[in-house]
Amino acid sequence: MSLSVDIKKHLGDFCLSVNFKAENEVLGLLGASGCGKSVTLRCIAGIIKPDEGHIELDGKVFFDGEKKIHLPPQERRVGYLFQQYALFPNMSVAQNISSAVRDKSRKAEVVAQLLSTYQLQNVASSRPAQLSGGQQQRAALARILASDPEILLLDEPFSALDSYLKAQLEQELADTLDSFRGNVMWVSHDRDEVFRNCNRVCILDDGKSQSVVTPNDLFYDPKTVSAAKLSGCKNVVAALADNSLIKVPCWNLTLNCAHPVGSDISAIGLRAHHIGFADNNDENAIPCSVVRTMDNVFSTIIILRPLGSLPNSPTLRMEIKKELWTARQDKKNVTVSIAPQNILLLR
Amino acid sequence: MDLYPLYNSLRIAAISTVVIFFVGIFAAYYIAKTPRLIKGVLDVLLTLPLVLPPTVVGYLLLRLLGPKHMIGMWFLEHFDLRLVMTWWSAIFASVVVALPLMYRTARGAFESFDETLADAGYTLGLSGTYVFWRIRMPYCRQGILAGTVLSFARALGEYGATSMIAGYTPGRTATISTTVYQLWRTGDDALAFRWVLINIAISAVVLLAINLLEKKQRSAKGVVA
Repeated sequence: MSLSVDIKKHLGDFCLSVNFKAENEVLGLLGASGCGKSVTLRCIAGIIKPDEGHIELDGKVFFDGEKKIHLPPQERRVGYLFQQYALFPNMSVAQNISSAVRDKSRKAEVVAQLLSTYQLQNVASSRPAQLSGGQQQRAALARILASDPEILLLDEPFSALDSYLKAQLEQELADTLDSFRGNVMWVSHDRDEVFRNCNRVCILDDGKSQSVVTPNDLFYDPKTVSAAKLSGCKNVVAALADNSLIKVPCWNLTLNCAHPVGSDISAIGLRAHHIGFADNNDENAIPCSVVRTMDNVFSTIIILRPLGSLPNSPTLRMEIKKELWTARQDKKNVTVSIAPQNILLLR
Repeated sequence: MDLYPLYNSLRIAAISTVVIFFVGIFAAYYIAKTPRLIKGVLDVLLTLPLVLPPTVVGYLLLRLLGPKHMIGMWFLEHFDLRLVMTWWSAIFASVVVALPLMYRTARGAFESFDETLADAGYTLGLSGTYVFWRIRMPYCRQGILAGTVLSFARALGEYGATSMIAGYTPGRTATISTTVYQLWRTGDDALAFRWVLINIAISAVVLLAINLLEKKQRSAKGVVA
């Protein structure tokens, strides 16, 4: 069960260049909007033809630019969950599912079974427009599984849903993925979604794919600026190696780092929740003035300006428990610190 | 009262509508997919009869189908068949004149179609034919029905090109519109008036049908929203 993708596609000024392999796993494709995630899925599904390259699933060649192979989507057995689900509006839920069953002699049996698995019996004869968002997603999943796919492509599966529905449906989708034997590609711009659901992650940055890593590596050692930003790191600032120390010119700071500092680093990442108020003997103490505070539901976000900052340099963002900020006396000037092992070194 | 013109008009309009239905949908579907330059040229060609005087269309048809011209001569030589001055010659005229209505409404309907539905169908293993007839056409049903009814109404009311290519022979090529003109010319005002009333009645029914279709379309969209 392996998928290998290595393709290039020009669309106007945009150039997509992706290269990755997936081995019987849930592979996340993480990227900002407009970075080519959907285009990549459409190339795998055969809806868009790449300009060059090779796509292969379990030895079956989907596309090969040199050998002029371009299998039609019907022969690829790809289960594509579209963002808006793409249920056929003129058909009932049961007809939608039934239309996808390939073995015509087993239609009724397959449809009945899927309707019950996805708790859709009560709405079997309803039109998609009459369903709730959650029911629409279940109907779309049931229809995809009716077509007996060998790989699942999920395109931002929760983008069309209200956030309170998301948690429930994420569990249901996880059940489906557990029982599915084959590769799954999960496209998302949400790092938490990817962290919870994917075995490995491929970062897509402005059409270029980076190496495939585990979610842990992505969050604790993202390696590149774009990966750090996509992993949710709020403070990314230009930095230089200074022997085993790190210089941050725009804040006029030198920081200790627990990791070996290579000479090729160009920036560092400091996660907002890794920054805390400094004790007297802390390493990496940074005296700052408070620019602004914002209240989250359970936390307070504090925007800081390190005292030695050059004009127009970026601010430093920290996020702490609300009680800690409420209990604090001096809310104008603070000294914060970051542990040496929490500094992310970025190329 | 000889009802032949009514019968003749209805069969010409009905046959024309069937031809227009398929040609119009085919043209709307495939022209939308062609490169921009070709699309622009074909679009102008197919819409031109909508704005040209029907006499100009009739003249051009005669230059193509007349017994001394290109297509007409070829049919006369090989099949001993005259393409003009028969009852069905009027079909050529009404197809050309009414086709733009079908083509443009169908194209508008197809352009509003959500292509991801077709993509979803293909990835589920559905054939192009299935997707076209079972997903795309039902989605665009209201627009295509409206175009069909409009084309039927226009074909029924065709006069200029028809009178040139089919002429007026009572009991053979006479249609309602050519009969009204002939009766008025010969001073049979009372009979002309009867045919005028018949024509107005048919057209009113057709327009009523279009309005009902549009209302249905609006309420159907309301449900979705």
